[in-house]
Amino acid sequence: MFSSPLYRLNIVDRPLAKGKGEVSLSAFSFLFSELVQYCQTRVSNIGELERRLEDIGVGVGLRLLEILCFREKNSKRDIRLLDVLKFVHTSLWKYLFGRQAKDLEQSNTAEDEYMISDYDLFVNKYISVPKDMGALNCAAFVAGIVKGVLDGAGFRARVTAHFVPVKGQPKPKTTILMKFDSVVLAREHRLPSL
Amino acid sequence: MPAIYALYVINKSGGLIYNKEFVVMASNNLNDTLRLASIWHSLHAIAAQLSPAPGCTGIELLQADTFDLHCFQTLTGTKMLMVVEPNTPDVDILLRDTIYDLYCDYVLKNPFYEVEMPIRCELFDSNLFQTINNVHRRWGLLH
Repeated sequence: MFSSPLYRLNIVDRPLAKGKGEVSLSAFSFLFSELVQYCQTRVSNIGELERRLEDIGVGVGLRLLEILCFREKNSKRDIRLLDVLKFVHTSLWKYLFGRQAKDLEQSNTAEDEYMISDYDLFVNKYISVPKDMGALNCAAFVAGIVKGVLDGAGFRARVTAHFVPVKGQPKPKTTILMKFDSVVLAREHRLPSL
Repeated sequence: MPAIYALYVINKSGGLIYNKEFVVMASNNLNDTLRLASIWHSLHAIAAQLSPAPGCTGIELLQADTFDLHCFQTLTGTKMLMVVEPNTPDVDILLRDTIYDLYCDYVLKNPFYEVEMPIRCELFDSNLFQTINNVHRRWGLLH
């Protein structure tokens, strides 16, 4: 099997594999469940647990930014705020969840806040949060991934995940709230409008 | 008329970790249910050893005048008991395929569930109710 010329090439000279798009949901769920339990043994409150999950996501996000830009954008990275948000909403979501995110909106009250909402993120598919844990949302991991992508692209932001109840739906939707640094907005204003 | 009365889950040391009644049952109190769980656990183990049939794994079905009690044991020793109307068909398949699936998905993949401890998972409850309702609807009990 090692006679193929590919194997004689140095690893950096080999073409980057496209990668199979899917992994087993069960395997992922068990792994994610263990991840949450591991984090839980090391924290004393819910906020810390969310922060830990977020930190793990950041590492994933930074790497995803690299590979998705390489695959889909010819190694070019977006430099405008809206383009980056669109990249997260479509390319990143498609890679992670196999479809685009439901909504991408700007907050009514603050110019520097944007929200991506979606139903049934698979990280939460099998998770029932106990009542005494209140507002914990394990999608903090996804928020971390988004933060990693934004930070890596040069858009510093505080990213958090929230449950938002929807009228007429039994399950709440998950909203990823991104609050950008004032530096990012100042830079955006200096650039010519699109 | 086939109908499902109740579901119990017993952990591998004989403790009751889940009980849910789907109809109003006469004289159900928690103590009786706990007793049923631990007695069943012991009888199940004794039956497996006393049975003349080779490879017996325990009692699978108890038939009484007023109910049938089906038991499904998982590979790890967790037992799922279902009390149903006498002669309700396909309960063993329901337990093995559907209920066991729900247990694996919504209980075991939930990071906030501790193995062998009482099951308190919202999603398990809601999906279980939905499943039982679907079954009852199929039998024409609900419209």
